[in-house]
Formats: sequence, C-alpha cells, structure tokens
Amino acid sequence: MSDRSRYPELVDGKPAVDLDSEKYVKLWHGPQHPGITGNMSLELILCGDEVVDCKTHVGYLHRGFEKLMERRTWIQNFPVVCRIAVPEPAFNEYLYAAGVEELAGIRPPERAQWIRNLNLEMMRLASYMAWLGGQAGAFGNNTIGQWTITHRDYLLDLFEEMTGGRIYHMYMLPGGVRSGLPDGFEGRLEAVLQKCEKLLKEIELVLLNNSVFKARAVGLGYIDKDMIDRYGITGPNQRACGVKRDLRKDAPYLVYDRLDFEIITGTASDAYERTWVRYREMHQCIDLCRQIMARMPKEGPFHEPLPNVLHWRIPPGQTYVKAECTRGEKGYYLVSDGSLYPRRICIRGPSYTHAFPVMEKLAIGTDIADIAGLMVSLHTYPPEIER
Amino acid sequence: MPLKDVIAPFYVWKRAFEKPYTTAKPIEERPGAASYRGFHTNDMALCVGCGTCETICQNEAIDMVPVPGIETTAKDSGLRPMVDNGRCCWCALCVDICTTGSLRLTNEYIWVSTDSDGFRFIPGTGDNPWDDKALGYRRDPGYRLMDYERQDMAMLTPEESARSFLEVVKGYSAEQARKEAERCVDCGICIATCPAHMDIPEYIKAVRDGDFETGLRLLYRTNPMPATCGRICTHRCEEVCSVGHMGDPVAIRWLKRYICDQVPESDYADILRDQSTSNGRKVAIIGAGPGGLSAAYYLTRLGYAVTLYESQEKGGGMLRYGVPSYRLPYDQLDKDIDYILSLGATIHYNTRVGRELRFPELMADFDAIFFSVGLSDPYGLGVEGEDHPRVLSGLKVLEDVTHDRDPDVGRRVAVIGGGNVAMDAARVSRRLGAEVTVLYRRRIEDMPADPEEIHEAQAEQVKFVTQAIPVRVEEGPSPRQVNIRWGEAEMVADEKGGRPRPVLMEDRIHTETYDSIISAIGQGGDYEFLSDEYADRVEMKRGKVIANEYRQTTIPKLFVGGDIANNTADAISAIADGHQAAVGIDHFLSSGS
Repeated sequence: MSDRSRYPELVDGKPAVDLDSEKYVKLWHGPQHPGITGNMSLELILCGDEVVDCKTHVGYLHRGFEKLMERRTWIQNFPVVCRIAVPEPAFNEYLYAAGVEELAGIRPPERAQWIRNLNLEMMRLASYMAWLGGQAGAFGNNTIGQWTITHRDYLLDLFEEMTGGRIYHMYMLPGGVRSGLPDGFEGRLEAVLQKCEKLLKEIELVLLNNSVFKARAVGLGYIDKDMIDRYGITGPNQRACGVKRDLRKDAPYLVYDRLDFEIITGTASDAYERTWVRYREMHQCIDLCRQIMARMPKEGPFHEPLPNVLHWRIPPGQTYVKAECTRGEKGYYLVSDGSLYPRRICIRGPSYTHAFPVMEKLAIGTDIADIAGLMVSLHTYPPEIER
Repeated sequence: MPLKDVIAPFYVWKRAFEKPYTTAKPIEERPGAASYRGFHTNDMALCVGCGTCETICQNEAIDMVPVPGIETTAKDSGLRPMVDNGRCCWCALCVDICTTGSLRLTNEYIWVSTDSDGFRFIPGTGDNPWDDKALGYRRDPGYRLMDYERQDMAMLTPEESARSFLEVVKGYSAEQARKEAERCVDCGICIATCPAHMDIPEYIKAVRDGDFETGLRLLYRTNPMPATCGRICTHRCEEVCSVGHMGDPVAIRWLKRYICDQVPESDYADILRDQSTSNGRKVAIIGAGPGGLSAAYYLTRLGYAVTLYESQEKGGGMLRYGVPSYRLPYDQLDKDIDYILSLGATIHYNTRVGRELRFPELMADFDAIFFSVGLSDPYGLGVEGEDHPRVLSGLKVLEDVTHDRDPDVGRRVAVIGGGNVAMDAARVSRRLGAEVTVLYRRRIEDMPADPEEIHEAQAEQVKFVTQAIPVRVEEGPSPRQVNIRWGEAEMVADEKGGRPRPVLMEDRIHTETYDSIISAIGQGGDYEFLSDEYADRVEMKRGKVIANEYRQTTIPKLFVGGDIANNTADAISAIADGHQAAVGIDHFLSSGS
C-alpha cells in the first residue's frame, strides 16, 4: 500500500484522476448489484482491473427514520425501528425497547429478558445465514446461498410462530415481549438448530476448505490492528484481527452474563479469517440458543404493564444503549423532553463505519473481481447507514 | 495447496439428491402460523367505532368510515375501521389497543384481486375472502397497552359515613387524577351520550396537562354547574366509555370534579371572562334549579337581563333540597350558583309564581320566559291508610334535613321506593340514627337509583327487601308507630317484551311495625302557577311539558326545561335544557320565530 507509483497522484489528499487520459475507467458498482448487500453503490476508479480509488454512495434507501421518529409517539416508533436493518430487525427492536425502558424506569420481567435473548441469538444466526450465502456467492459459489437462505427460512418459520412475523417481528416492545413462546417451540427450535449444524458442517467442507475460496479470500481486505480504534471497527471485523472485544461479554445486557461462552477471535484479519470467525460464531449462536432454552423460566409474566400508550410521556432524559449485533456495536441514543414524542433518536450502526471509511480504504489495490467479496466480508447493511 | 482443500468440497455431493424446499403454490398450501399477522378482520357487532385503532396507527392506514347497516347509537359511533393495505405494516398495534377486542388479524397472507382499489377494505363485512379464515394474531392477555383499572377513589368508610353528613367521596390526588386522565383514549363517544354534550376528552386532556384554566373554560362551555355535576351527575358518559368494554370506564365525573376543586371561585371571573354587553332584552326564569341556573348563565352571557324567581330561600332546587350534603356539600353547590349569579342576574327568593306574583304579569313584562320548576308533587302510595301521620314523603324528609329541621323519622324506618330519592331518604335516616329497611317492588337490578347509591346504602347497613309490594298502611301499636302490610311479589315476564312485572302473591303477606314509613316512589309536576289562562295552551303528555329541540313550548315565548320536560329527570339533562333554551330564546328573540 505504501508504493503509490502506479496510482494517481494525490492532490489535497484526493487522487487526481484524469479520465480523458484513457488510463483510468470509472465504474459504478451498484446500486443494484448482487455483490452489494442492499442498495448502495461504490464509485470505483480502475486502472486495468485494479481499483485505484473508491467512493461510497448512499441515499437510495434513505427513509429519514430518525426524523420520522420525532413525529411519532413512543409506541408508534416501535413498528418503525425494525426497518432500520432489514436482515436483522430484532436488534433495533431490542435497543429501542431497552432505551425507552431505561428512560421510563420500566423493568421488564425476567422471562421477557430470556425470550429477548433467545430472539436475538436466533436473529444473529439467521442474519449470518444470509450473509454466508452472500459471501460464498460473491466468489461464485452460488449454490451455498440457496442452502443458507433455506435454512434462514427455517429460522424465519420459528420467528413467525414466536412473533407473528417473519422478517419484521415487531415483538420486543417497551416493557417486555408481546407473548410467551408457543407450545412445543423448544422441540421445533432444536430440530432447526440440528439442521443448521448439519449444514454448517457441510459448509465447512465446501467453502472454508475450498481451495478456490481460500485462494481468493485469504489476504483480501486486510485490516491492520491499528485501524481498529482509529476507524471504530467493531464486531467480527475487529475480532478477526485478534482484538478480543464483544459487548455481550464486556457490557453484558439481557442474560448474557448467565450464559457460558467465549469471545471468538482470529488473527489473520482478512476476508477468509472474518468468514471463519463468523462461521464459529454461528456455532456459538446454536449453543447459546440451547443454553437459553434449557435455563429460561417457562412460566411467569413476559411484559410489564404500560400506562395508556396513546398518552405515554417519557420523563425528560437521555440515554445511550448498546448491543452486539452481528456486525458489531449497535447503539441507540435517545433523548426525551418529557413530551409524547422523542426529542431525538440517533442510531449508531456499525455499517456506517464499515461501508464508508473502511471500505473506501480497503478497496484500493483490490482487483475489481474481488470487490464484491470484500464488501460482503465487511458485512454491511445499507439501510442502517441511511437512518 | 493441501489436497484436502481440493477434495473437501466434493463431500457434499449428496445434497444434489435432496428434495427442493420450496412450497409448490398453488398445488401446496402453507397456512400462516397460529399467531401470524395477516389481513385484518373485525367483529362488527362487538366494535363500537371508537377509532382508537385509527389513532394509534403510525402509518395512517386506518380510516373510520360509515358502513351500511351500522347505526349510530349512544354506545356506537356508527363508524368502522377501513384498512389501507397499501399503507399497513401489520404491526398489529391496532389489535393491541382495540378497546373492545373486536379487531383481529387472520393468518391469511395471500390475496389476488382484479379490483385495483381493493387494497382498501373494511374488515369484517364478510365481503373479504379471508373473513372466514382462521384467526391469526390476537393480543395476549398477558400484556396490555393501556390501563384497565380505575384509580381508586378515597371514601369515608361505611362506619364513618353512616354517622355523619361529611362528603363520602374525598376526591383524587394530583397523581391519581393524572393517571386516571391518562386512561382516556379520546374516542369521544361519551360526548354524544352526555345530555349537555360536554367536551369530555378535551377537559380530560386538560387534567393530563395540569392546565385547569383551560379545563374550567371547557367545562363552562356546556355546563355552568361543573362542581355540582362533578359530584352527583348520573354520568351516563361512563356507561358508554369505550375503555369500559374491557376494563373500568374512565372516571369522567371525578375528573370534572377534580378540575373544579383545583380552581378557587375567586379565580373564576379572571379565567372565564364572561363579561357581555346588554342587548336590552329581558327574560324571566321560573325556578332556580339546575335548569333555571343554566339558562340564566347562558342568557346572561348573551347579554339578556335575567330575573329568576325561586320559591325557596336559596337557589339550587332539587340539588339543594333533594340531594343530601354528604353527596353534594352546600359549599360546592354555592360555588356554582354564586358564580352564575355574579354575572348579573337578579334573583327573587321565597317568591313562588302563582302566589307572590301572577304568571300573566310575567308574560306581559318579559320578552321570554323559561320555566324549570321541577317535580315537587310526591306520588301517593296508592294504598289504603296512606295518609297516616307517620307516612312521610321522601322529598319532605330531605328538604327538612337541608333546612336543618328534624324530620322526626324515629328509630325504625321503612323506605318505599327504589330511586335516588329513596336511597337518599334511607341514607339520611341512617345518619339520623335509624334502622332502615327499603321495600321495593322489583329486584335490585331494576332499581332506577344509581348503582353507587345502592352499594353505598348497602354498605351503610340499609336493609333491602325486594319484590315487596305495600298492601295497606294501618295504625301501629302506639300513635308514634305505623304498621305496613306488604306482600311478596313474583316477577312475571312481560308478554310484550318489556321488563318483567312484579305480581303480588296473595298468600305471602307480612305485617311489620315501624316508627315511620317514608314514601319515595316518584313525584309529579305542579303546574298550577301557569294560571287557567295559559295552562290549557301549554301542551303536555303524561304529565310532562312538550317542547321542541329549542325547548320552546306551544306558547312561542315560553320555554321549558328540567324534570318537567324531559324523561331522564336528572341534573345534567336540566342543565342541557337550560343551555338549549338559552340558544332557543336568543334565536327566537333575534329572528322572531
């Protein structure tokens, strides 16, 4: 990276690209591209098939959630937040609920905390399933995506009976959850977990021990350890670099402090290592789901009664609540001025960091064919960038 | 490159023989889960059109619309939710907040239609293909988005209340009032039911906001006796409160009282700013009860010179002389009356029209007359011996107590009747130290008295004997005593579908001795004051004066209101009559019709 002799000259820190010189090609990667995890685009400057500059463009999914929420009552925001990260809405639901509970001084019942924890771990597994298909697909292994998306659907079936919805569950609302688990849920969950375990074993063989995948992913998108704090990189992207940080351990929420698990880390810090860390975290999710099912209270209240939500005023105050989502630290900053509406809600999604400064840096020097694989290896969700 | 990395991928070749996972629609069906959030359905008969679903919907996907075959009634807005599936996000908050539990989701999620406008539909009409499909999401009883329990009202214990004339109900604390006000869902169904059509959701909002000045202004828009009504109103609003379908109705009456309790009378003038300029016209009001006072207030505000004629020594009518002070303390009644009179109306106490002055004189002297004289003529028991000196009238007993005279009820009292006057007479007698038995022809649930009054009377150890019909009043063992013969009755279903009738069982007659019998079986109007000249010209039906929507009688300049002109015969109806009559008089005198 230090040798810039082949790259365009930097003027004020920006590459001076003269497209008329016919030495460079500008290529838009996205906003509609299977290698991009949603509607987002990378403006690439290529020299041959090598990327010499990359600029991330967003705005295709902007729905103005943060502003929208200032015009809705506290309860009306509950169905809004899940849409902020489409493939894993549950983390948004949890954080919004947790933030409101903190401001309003509500303590959800014990059982609700266990159910929420189960929901989040199932969500993590489902989200990784979708990502795994994308990661394999970005390197041409499209069949794997069909298997993982199917298994994600098995998990969505479970969400459907648990929450009433497949994608947007709208289940964890301030005060707890909307219902207990349906009868016989544990057995059906275990059956799906076993299916997932079987699939993961096969994926280890077909993807992680695949010479083609290794040849392309090893060494791709190396994240240097000193970038971690400078860029604010979190989640598996950070752990694959050997930094042992995980909010589930460092700042335990819900019932994580009562579950047995270790932070999974890697060392090589490239696309392959990140895949490997996530792969092992999927096994960890399965294990955590089993632990939760074995230990959770089966009876008891699952929701702390709320006052009439139509006139629900939250005492003035502010809070920042955070949780470890699949991609790293996700945080909700909530401010209440004591009225019926939030004064300000700001959402910190890890995708912003990973898809903007990190991606723009890692792309340089990468072959155009690996851009999709690199992008997916950072695991970003564009809707989370455009709140 | 390790050899394993070349061979390993081939281990999964068996997957090539696995069956596809997909559902082969339309050959195969996959129903939604038992709690799936699919298309809306609505139990049209259960729904009351409160519109809470519309309020909570963050996508504005629900509109309340009229539906053929659904009538507007006292308990039903007549509207039903229409769902726009182009906006709905199936969050089901509408289901969770539904006050009746009528709105639910089915587990149907596929819908094909050639009608391009069909995405907007009214759930529950039976026209939607999924209306007969299995139900999906329903609110789990383990969670709720509103408070179904009413804030407890602090009251005297029955032991304390049975011994004193102190007000039984103590009123809400600030915290309780705010919490109670938060329970309101702003549906406004109560407004239509309230005879005075008070701005109930708005003044409840004022309680939530702690803005009592706005609250007081809202109260006086439609009711100039809120401190009174906040205590003794029959609160039919609460009977239709949509929150009451699954929980306790909002304590609308107590919240009204709370507003009045927060504002001292000395601040009323500043807050209400009721000054008006005189329009030079004069209106006479006969009877300073709730109807007359209400008319006086609104007429004064319109600039009329109002003169009230009251036969008693103080104003308030039945509120003062028929309602005991433990339900309505006199200072609260005076607060309302004093403010109304402070606006400039002239009042002549101890002046009975027909005795101190003649009705035709009023007709000649004033531009219009409103009369609301109330029902003051107690019905007799209609049995032999009823003019025994120990048979007292309920109204007379209550009036004596107001005047601080001993009604001399004795130690053992029988009260005959089941209305509020009977309850009041019974409870007053308890407070005077008597042992009280209420004899009523029908069952407890048939009693016209407020249920609260019945419960409080029971708590105060008033004995209830129901299905008891008085047969004869006889001389008692001593001159200070009286015997009553009464027979047990059986309830016989009415062939015409009316309420069951009590029929005397001749073989079950009892005789009991009491110190007094208080008769409280209702009262009629006394229209003697109208004088022969006008009595015939005022049209009446079953003892009540007939009036149009402006409370105008068949004599154009004569308006009427209160118990003598409506069938509900309560304070709030009289107040509403007074307001309507004021509007009617103004209209009449301005336009001449």
